[in-house]
Amino acid sequence: METVFTRTPTLKDCTTHYCPGCGHGIAHRLVAETIDELQIAPKTIGIAPVGCAVLAYDYLDVDMIEVAHGRAPAVATGIKRTNSDKIVFSYQGDGDLAAIGTAEIIHAAHRAEQLTVIFINNAIFGMTGGQMAPTTVLGQVTATSPQGRQAIGQGYPLQMSELLAILPGTVYVERCALSGVAQIKKAKKAIKHAFELQIGGANGLSLVELLSPCPTYWRMTPVEAMQWIEKEMTKVFPLGCLKNDQ
Amino acid sequence: MSEKKLICGNEAMAEAAIIAGLDAYFGYPITPQNEVTAYMSRRMPELDRVFVQCESELAAVNMVYGAVATGKRAMTSSSSPGISLMQEGISYLAGAELPAVIVNVMRGGPGLGNIAPSQADYFQATRGGGHGDYRTIVLAPSSVQELADFMSLAFDLADQYRITVMVLTDGILGQMMEPVILEKKKQRKLPPKNWALTGAKNRKQNIVRSLWLGDGVLEELNRKLQKKYDEIQKKEILCEEYEIENAEIIVVAYGIAARIAKGTVDKAKKEGIKVGLIRPITLWPFPAEQISRAAEKAKAFLTVELSCGQMVEDVRLAVAGKVHVEFYGRSGGGVPSDSEIMKEIKQLAAKR
Amino acid sequence: MQNTNKLYEEIIIAGFGGQGIMLAGKLLAQTAMKSKKEVTYMPSYGAEVRGGTANCMVVITEREIASPLITQPNSLIVMNKASLEKFTPRLKDNGLLIYNSSLIDYEPQVSKTIKVLAIPADQLAIELGNHKSANMVIVGAYLQMRGIISPDTAADCLTQTIAKRHHKMLEVNKKAIYCGAKFAKEQPV
Ligand SMILES: Cc1ncc(C[n+]2csc(CCOP(=O)(O)OP(=O)(O)O)c2C)c(N)n1
Ligand code: SF4
Ligand SMILES: [Mg+2]
Repeated sequence: METVFTRTPTLKDCTTHYCPGCGHGIAHRLVAETIDELQIAPKTIGIAPVGCAVLAYDYLDVDMIEVAHGRAPAVATGIKRTNSDKIVFSYQGDGDLAAIGTAEIIHAAHRAEQLTVIFINNAIFGMTGGQMAPTTVLGQVTATSPQGRQAIGQGYPLQMSELLAILPGTVYVERCALSGVAQIKKAKKAIKHAFELQIGGANGLSLVELLSPCPTYWRMTPVEAMQWIEKEMTKVFPLGCLKNDQ
Repeated sequence: MSEKKLICGNEAMAEAAIIAGLDAYFGYPITPQNEVTAYMSRRMPELDRVFVQCESELAAVNMVYGAVATGKRAMTSSSSPGISLMQEGISYLAGAELPAVIVNVMRGGPGLGNIAPSQADYFQATRGGGHGDYRTIVLAPSSVQELADFMSLAFDLADQYRITVMVLTDGILGQMMEPVILEKKKQRKLPPKNWALTGAKNRKQNIVRSLWLGDGVLEELNRKLQKKYDEIQKKEILCEEYEIENAEIIVVAYGIAARIAKGTVDKAKKEGIKVGLIRPITLWPFPAEQISRAAEKAKAFLTVELSCGQMVEDVRLAVAGKVHVEFYGRSGGGVPSDSEIMKEIKQLAAKR
Repeated sequence: MQNTNKLYEEIIIAGFGGQGIMLAGKLLAQTAMKSKKEVTYMPSYGAEVRGGTANCMVVITEREIASPLITQPNSLIVMNKASLEKFTPRLKDNGLLIYNSSLIDYEPQVSKTIKVLAIPADQLAIELGNHKSANMVIVGAYLQMRGIISPDTAADCLTQTIAKRHHKMLEVNKKAIYCGAKFAKEQPV
């Protein structure tokens, strides 16, 4: 029989701990495929966040490090500055990158670190049980916004990609969605481009934001969650390339 | 409203703090204390009080710093990794002599560790934790009722001494449910907060600070702090002594460990072993005198903790070599069981 | 009602997420409190729950409770196979095992001293019109078997245990408690 499709080798052969319909699994696969297509697995160092993807090192078969919540860009800086021949990426959730780690990501970008950042925006703190994230949309009910998020008092959804794109230290910022085949294909292309920039020695940080479903804490079915991304999330977080300097 | 309610430790603390006059809560989610934050997000706006979900624990402790500097009652809660992040802020609170309440629902460490119950932050809590010569009062409840009762005590102590009070508990007590009575406690007679930043109207300007560059000024402040700590050590020690009159073996344990050990002490007594329990309720100030006194009569001590041995150092200091101090602990989420503690007690009894 | 002077009841309830394990435990605890007993309730929490299994521990006594953790339960309620296999070896002699025979299709091997009740909790709940009430069926059966607290008290406590937004389910859950109790009463043990 002819093999028409196989698991990409960097994605380990195991079941993940993610909930059914979670976007993390898709994002992992896209990252793994990219690493294999670019044949960089032996020189890649990945950084797992604190969040539902904390066990990413169990699924991605490259050297990986677990770091304190939000500190990935600082740790990545330490790794890349001392190992300029390595390809360094961080994989971070919206609590990790847009709440506790805001300072670290802003300053890594500000210093034009040669890093690739995969930013999983699921508008929620998944791991801790569905609390409000900085990216939670207005009106969204979470464990800590029981009345639905109100702009006054709880703030507006934080658009990190827009914020980072204006810094001269970023070379590439694009927002994609994991909400269907076409979108996922675009996401794959974006991730690949972000890695290619680092490989090519681009002078700055490349970041791909992925709008990603969390059916569990959105209290939706996986299908509804995909639809919610397209209908609601993209209104606040419009898809597309925000910056491509190279 | 003195009807019993079935409620988990985290929510009991939250409601008790509200009853004690909490003006503002600042927090960042972390397991196993998420129920505090979720409860506050619901109740505080209902009462027209302040709730903020912060971007980090670093922010949370500094929001507390700001709120308490204006004379308000404010608190934050977290679990071990988050409390580590707060240490800078706690040191500043100590330097500026501000009254704050911080809850640590301890989980397994070091590092990210796990989310299981633990008592491994004893050193951090009782030694100050951050930089500089300072102390925080540390309260260690051992039931959901005490979790509730100690919140008003914590705010009173904080206001009376202008100090940070930490309520040090663990994942079991935070998560478990027990019937509790939630009621308003009589407040201590507290000094006026005339140092608070309320606007310099008809008075001299107030300044809240921890930077003292003048020759010898900081040393003077440190002496003043030490005097305050001495007074606290004289007046505020809390400790439960259980069946220690004729005890040959004294078990020392706090929080959830004490509660488990108490059950074992009862069983061991039934088997004819002369054993009692000392439960430090304030971990700082530590009930060294009570332990020292007991060491005059007892033949051996057994310290039980959910750690690899932290409080046992204070017990040994208090016993001062008079008798043998044994240690039994489980760590990284392990909890000493009744039968494990019994085995240790029996071994000590056999040596006698 | 049995003589409860020496009462020290340690119950583990276990199953998978979504079976209402925690709610069943909370209801037992609420009911025990209403009946003037000492009680603690301890849930499994956090990432443990994400793995799909859920369990809780309830201690009911007439004196101060030492540990809320249970190493060896004297009553075990299991709602699925994985839980049966995990917890049955820990059950004390002369204990009580209640298992959900809708999802466990074999007879568990336990010591002769253990009282066993097989109850098709899912099936009974479906017959009552609400599959999700299987947890209440099994609570009713437990209360009937143990005789420490009456199922009536549990039925009364439902309003406090169930979140207000689900109060339309009160009646069917009440029925489920009584249905479980009735089933247990009719079984020769
Ligand atoms: C200092 C510190 N504070 C809090 C936590 C608890 N914590 C773990 S993950 C997380 C947020 C996760 O949200 P996100 O980054 O959006 O990832 P997701 O789970 O949604 O993928 C929090 C608050 C922690 N581990 N460390
Ligand atoms: S909680 Fe949400 S983000 Fe976490 S694994 Fe489940 S679906 Fe994914
Ligand atoms: Mg998230």
